[in-house]
Amino acid sequence: MPENRIGAWIARVGLPRLIIGVFLIALVAAGIALNLPMDQIVGSMLTRFGMNLLLVLALIPTIQSGSGPNFGLPFGIICGLITATLAIELDLRNFTALAFAVGLAIPMGAFAGWLYGLLLNRVKGQEMTVGTYMGFSIVSLMSIFWLVAPYHSPEMIWPYGGSGLRVTIVLKDRMDQILDKLLAFDIGGIAIPTGLLLFAILCCVGLWLFMRTKTGIAMTIVGSNPRFAEATGLNVNKYRVYGSMISCAMAAVGIIIYSQSFGFLQLYQAPLYMALYMVSAILIGGASLQRATITHAIIGTFLFNGLLVAALPVANEVVPGDISEVVRVIISNGIILYALSRKEEGGYAK
Amino acid sequence: MKGFLRRNIVPIVFLTLCAIGFYYAKMSAAFFVHDLISRLVRNSFIVISLIIPVLAGMGLNFGIVLGAMAGQFGAIFTVFWEIEGFWGFMLSAAISVPLSVLFGWWTGALFNRTKGKEMITGLILSFFANGVYLLICLVLVGWIIPVSEDNAYLLLPGGAGLVNTIDLGIWQYAIDKFFYFKIGIITIPVLPLALTGLLCLWIWHLFRTKLGQDIRAVGQNRHIAEVAGIGVDRVRIISVIFSTVLAAWGQLLFLQNMGSLQTYGSHVQVGTFAVAALLVGGATVNRATVWQALLGILLFHALFIVSPNAGKNLMGSAQIGEFFRVFVAYGIIGVALVLHAWQRKKQ
Repeated sequence: MPENRIGAWIARVGLPRLIIGVFLIALVAAGIALNLPMDQIVGSMLTRFGMNLLLVLALIPTIQSGSGPNFGLPFGIICGLITATLAIELDLRNFTALAFAVGLAIPMGAFAGWLYGLLLNRVKGQEMTVGTYMGFSIVSLMSIFWLVAPYHSPEMIWPYGGSGLRVTIVLKDRMDQILDKLLAFDIGGIAIPTGLLLFAILCCVGLWLFMRTKTGIAMTIVGSNPRFAEATGLNVNKYRVYGSMISCAMAAVGIIIYSQSFGFLQLYQAPLYMALYMVSAILIGGASLQRATITHAIIGTFLFNGLLVAALPVANEVVPGDISEVVRVIISNGIILYALSRKEEGGYAK
Repeated sequence: MKGFLRRNIVPIVFLTLCAIGFYYAKMSAAFFVHDLISRLVRNSFIVISLIIPVLAGMGLNFGIVLGAMAGQFGAIFTVFWEIEGFWGFMLSAAISVPLSVLFGWWTGALFNRTKGKEMITGLILSFFANGVYLLICLVLVGWIIPVSEDNAYLLLPGGAGLVNTIDLGIWQYAIDKFFYFKIGIITIPVLPLALTGLLCLWIWHLFRTKLGQDIRAVGQNRHIAEVAGIGVDRVRIISVIFSTVLAAWGQLLFLQNMGSLQTYGSHVQVGTFAVAALLVGGATVNRATVWQALLGILLFHALFIVSPNAGKNLMGSAQIGEFFRVFVAYGIIGVALVLHAWQRKKQ
């Protein structure tokens, strides 16, 4: 029967993916109808996709190892911000700055993730709530750090004295878009941020390979069935900590990639809600609180960010006032609520 | 003695912190007490509104933000209709009731679908509701929802969306100054204190009725309550509705004291600060009393009063004090949640 087939098809594609996908297509169609500069819009869609992908991918290790989507992403993000500011403080430029920041961010993020993972093992079943508030706490604690930290670089402190770092630090002449501009070219007016996309693909391949190593498979088993994993002699807690370490290290690198593409480092309260947006992206891609794949992350990042990019110019034509932030808040939190209220069997991440 | 210390470790730590802060803030005791009383009465309803869902086993209800929004809608209506003074306030309180009952009902129904994950659901729901609130107040008002010429001054220059700050001068202090007296510079607002007292009595009474006993039974063990013939889902929804309505009134009491509504900001942190205050009083995720709520407001807000000055005098920056108190709010919630999860795992 056709209705059943449609129902099955919707179930397979997933309702959120379908709604957001249709919405995105409608927006693009409206954009073409309204004669908006589509080449620019598509170009920034690609950039936003590359910017955010690594941060979204960072959720996969924790989801797969059974601790749910990592709402503690700020732990990693903060590490990335510290190393990026250090790179500027040491007056590094271009690829040296990027390599230094990324190279230092990985061990720092992994260390933060190790501590966070130990905490998560003590609060099984409440990871999301605890993670959210621990993330909020660390962001506000670090706000004090940004105020009192002994940085001297004139590009980062306030020009007329006053204590602490600026709220946003301009990356011009430091590492502003160096990945985006690497091998960049135009197709029909659409600027392709080749380096950024290549790096994103590299991360996907790396994670894909890792999830197929012995450790990666063990992590997935621990996440999908902890009792069975225990029975086969796997140390559940150890693999959950691994998941958290990898996740935070990826987030630390992710924020550096994000910032270099954005052109600014955002300190203080900026990372507060970042985890929420990344979680909603992967959920839109079709992940659940217990299972996520790289495909989910790719589709979700593209749909969510594409929607936000396309919504702004189209909405400006139709609606008075600024609606893009409103759309972002409603969609991202709506999708998390939807995921929370779905009845799912197995796993105990809450 | 040791048991007393362990049970009350959180309030004791905060008392110490406040004492140190007070010492370094170098502010006058009279001003401190004056400020503290006014903060007590403007936060009492919101913090006490958290108690019922805690006892119903749903944890800390971050969904009270929806109640605060209902209260703000009530306030916005009276500003549009220019209904002043005591009755203006009462009307906004009345308008907020059907709205908050509806919001509470939705919240409760959602919580029933996400049993065991109520806190994260409430938190995300509050963010989601804030998005819808923005959609209504920032985009739809003036564009789809018509606003008369007389009230055009309440719209942003573009002609759509409410202004960022709405002056509530028409009923500022409607309750606080209804009847009050002064001791030195310390103002004693009698009516809000009396209302807080009444609310405490009502909570005390509620838990001596059949419904209150049902709430407690559901909170202790859902399955046993179900077997005993209690409509668990219904009791849970009622608890959330109570909480949401009280939060709406609480937000209005807060606003009549402040005298202005930050259209896009007044409600955002309500949940976090109310929850933090309750926890500072020594409450936990599954146990809370009126006394803990009141003590928590006093201690938490004492820290609020002293921290900017203490931050300035100790570290040379008032902003450090600001960030510190935000950190304390988030941190105390984080720690309480960790302890709760820890205990539950041990059982």
